[in-house]
Amino acid sequence: MASLLEVDQLKIDARKDDGSLTPIVKGVSFNVERGEVVALIGESGSGKTTIALSALGYTKPGLEFTSGEVRLHGQDVISMPSEEKRLMRGQKVAYLAQSAAATFNPALTIGEQVTESPVLHGQLNQEEANQRAMELYRALELPDPENLGKRYPHQVSGGQLQRLMAAMALCGNPDLLVLDEPTTALDVTTQIEVLKAFKSVIKQEGSAAIYVTHDLSVVAQIADDIVVLYAGEIQEHGGAEQVINQPGHDYTRRLMNAVRPPPAAGQGDEMTGEHEREVPALEVRNLSAGYGKKINGVPVTRVLKDVNIAIERGHTVGVIGESGCGKSTLARVMSGLLPASQGEVLLDGDQLKPDLKDRNRSELQKVQFVFQMADTALNPRQRIDQILGRPLEFYLGLRGGEKRKRIAELLDMVELPQDFAGRYPDELSGGQKQRINLARALAASPEVLLCDEVISALDSIVGANVIELLKRLRKKTGVSFVFISHDLSTVASFADEIVVLYAGRVVEQGHVDQVLSPPYHPYTRLLIASVPELRLGWLEETMETQEAQAGIDRVVQITEIGCPFYDRCPIAIEGTCDKEIPPIRKFGQSHQIECHHNENEFLN
Amino acid sequence: MLVQAIIKRIFIGVVTLLVVSIIIFIGTSLLPGDVANIILGQMATPESLAALREHLGLDQPPHTRYLMWLGNLLSGDLGMSKAGTGVGTVGTEISVMIQPRLVNTLRLAGMVALISIPMAMGLGLLASMYPGSRIDRAITFTTLSIISVPDFLVAMILVMVLAVQLGWLPSIAYMSGNETGWQLIRALLMPTLTLVTIVSAQIIRMTRATILNIMSSPYIEMAILKGVPRKRIILRHSLLNTIGPIVNVIALNMAWLIGGVVIVETVFAYPGLAKLMIDGVQTRDLPLVQACAMIFCATYVILIMIADMASIISNPRLRHPK
Repeated sequence: MASLLEVDQLKIDARKDDGSLTPIVKGVSFNVERGEVVALIGESGSGKTTIALSALGYTKPGLEFTSGEVRLHGQDVISMPSEEKRLMRGQKVAYLAQSAAATFNPALTIGEQVTESPVLHGQLNQEEANQRAMELYRALELPDPENLGKRYPHQVSGGQLQRLMAAMALCGNPDLLVLDEPTTALDVTTQIEVLKAFKSVIKQEGSAAIYVTHDLSVVAQIADDIVVLYAGEIQEHGGAEQVINQPGHDYTRRLMNAVRPPPAAGQGDEMTGEHEREVPALEVRNLSAGYGKKINGVPVTRVLKDVNIAIERGHTVGVIGESGCGKSTLARVMSGLLPASQGEVLLDGDQLKPDLKDRNRSELQKVQFVFQMADTALNPRQRIDQILGRPLEFYLGLRGGEKRKRIAELLDMVELPQDFAGRYPDELSGGQKQRINLARALAASPEVLLCDEVISALDSIVGANVIELLKRLRKKTGVSFVFISHDLSTVASFADEIVVLYAGRVVEQGHVDQVLSPPYHPYTRLLIASVPELRLGWLEETMETQEAQAGIDRVVQITEIGCPFYDRCPIAIEGTCDKEIPPIRKFGQSHQIECHHNENEFLN
Repeated sequence: MLVQAIIKRIFIGVVTLLVVSIIIFIGTSLLPGDVANIILGQMATPESLAALREHLGLDQPPHTRYLMWLGNLLSGDLGMSKAGTGVGTVGTEISVMIQPRLVNTLRLAGMVALISIPMAMGLGLLASMYPGSRIDRAITFTTLSIISVPDFLVAMILVMVLAVQLGWLPSIAYMSGNETGWQLIRALLMPTLTLVTIVSAQIIRMTRATILNIMSSPYIEMAILKGVPRKRIILRHSLLNTIGPIVNVIALNMAWLIGGVVIVETVFAYPGLAKLMIDGVQTRDLPLVQACAMIFCATYVILIMIADMASIISNPRLRHPK
């Protein structure tokens, strides 16, 4: 019997504005058998999404099928008439996109969108479809399945929406699912749940799947077969176990090397302390901040509460936590973009004005911000030398030859060729743009660099290179870093101190080795346990542990009484943790945990 | 949440109207000469001027005069016409002057709205359903041409073709007030056609642009990949999200139909409200100008307010809070 899906010598080209064609997919062939999950893995630009979408006979606007076939049940879906394609989509092949938030229509109810496809295709009537949807909500462990369909997309959380997208795809009982990076935008804790839900539902329904991702650790949990892609060509294709345990191709090995080991003590750089001075480079004391109108000096939406952090000169403080915990807000307060409602920010021991507008030029110069998205942070109409030249003029008063010399040095520092000075950001790759973004901040000769998720948008290999660059820069310049990331592995390999934020509070902080080894705050423990490992069977093992049980996706709220982590905590003490604010417990020098449990209980 | 948003919007509307009334009052007082001057003419003695000013309350400080004017306005008293045009309008009540003109203007605007809104939205939808097709290019080209041509030229061209060359319709739309149904429609037809052309062009372009913008969003791609037919994608998935922007363009155009069509009214000698205001400016009939200006501004403010409320109500985030 033929395979469910046969991709046969598929070629796809992109048509440029001038009408010329650039090959995107260069003759790719592979099969998907019934009940099998095939992972397409590669960096951005490898053509993985384009190939996956071809299973639906679809290309993004601007792309064209040039040759080859994609046969579903032996029938080519590319040459299919459009009405037949329409009937096949949603019914035989269903698609799950990366961002559920953008994929759900904000104006229609969840129920209508989940049941739309099977009802339109005449597979089920509305009532049967509602019934089926409800079963899927249950299978995906979504809350309140009876009434979920009547709600609108903005009324459920991101992780729930991601699972609802799975329900939407599965409602029509498709033979093949196409999943396009369905967990990439999620927190590790949410990712586990969504992965688990996907895996069990795929097994239950017996459908086959194409799973597109750049994350090898995720692939290891879900795939039977792995196709490694680079620049539109297959580099390696084989069973999951073989590709992961005995990679046969160089590129696969490079991908594997870029996967950081699970966070553990002893991964950080050895710090020399040569740049240290008496006072910390930057310090925040009793800091509270938030957004919205202020009532009695307290913002309506409170984000940070009573935060104390000191960043020693030449050191790197990693700030970690799930989305919504206040990481970016902390950086915004430090930079002065968001004035704190309470507490103070000290630079070199001197108090900084809360608002950026009131700070003087040398104070501005010393604290620089590196934004997450280099794409939006760099002005597309300015050349690189203009982007780097502006801070040199403004802060250092450099002009003419001196400025040019310094621009060349900066490009050198971020390891880019000097002729990049004459280019525009659009001519650069994502990783190169992020290097320019970094060079722009370094141009001011700052003392503190605030890096907000600077490698989150980059591919793993490119991201790993940027981290290596940051390490060299730190050694060379003695700049202190505040390194914000949701990725604990990255923080573990780069920072020397870690601050764990939860619901706007520092629940644990200390040296990397202290934070990443017992005693743990239960939340730190959950974060560590949730980082996927590059080995088969990790997901199943992890789901058994109590940490994973606590990962259940809930709205994180700032609490006035008790511990904010109370309702997720596996070791919460009823009557204490929900009533009293936990004390700060010190363990040795500079390691502290905010918890009701004492040291002995932690060590058990 | 929804009710709150609507109440807030109404409150903003009322405040806007008050501010507008102050601006109109100050604006008209800045004009050289006052009503006493106009009534008595250039040969008047200072004594008679002073006496008339006292009689008319013009010697009061500005804020008292403003409050008096506003109070009268709110109680529906638009005041008396204070200027003569040689046909004895001095002493005519302004409401009497405005009433027939307002009826004419509303009649014309109503006709135009009735025809142009459904037609324009339909054509915009049609163009957006087949982007780049021959229909789309024809519609885009025509609407762009119409928008680029000044409105009086559109009127002139229509007169030349329909009235002069073909002789189907009268070239002016004079109304005595006694027209019966068919005569009325015949008289209104030329200005209506002109305005429908101009107004539709804008709404068509906006509808097309808004729908195309939404058609490139990820949730539409998802609908395509779910196998939803094109017709349903546009009518169900995209139209609901286009209500906000489109209603705003429609409201702006309708407000323009009330106050901004003076050129078209002049070309066709159509006795509408805008023309009355221009006459008022020429005869320095300040109370008349103020009253007309207030009507125009109130129309704008109220129509935009309705449009905003429509987009508030069509927003599921406000209709169904978390």
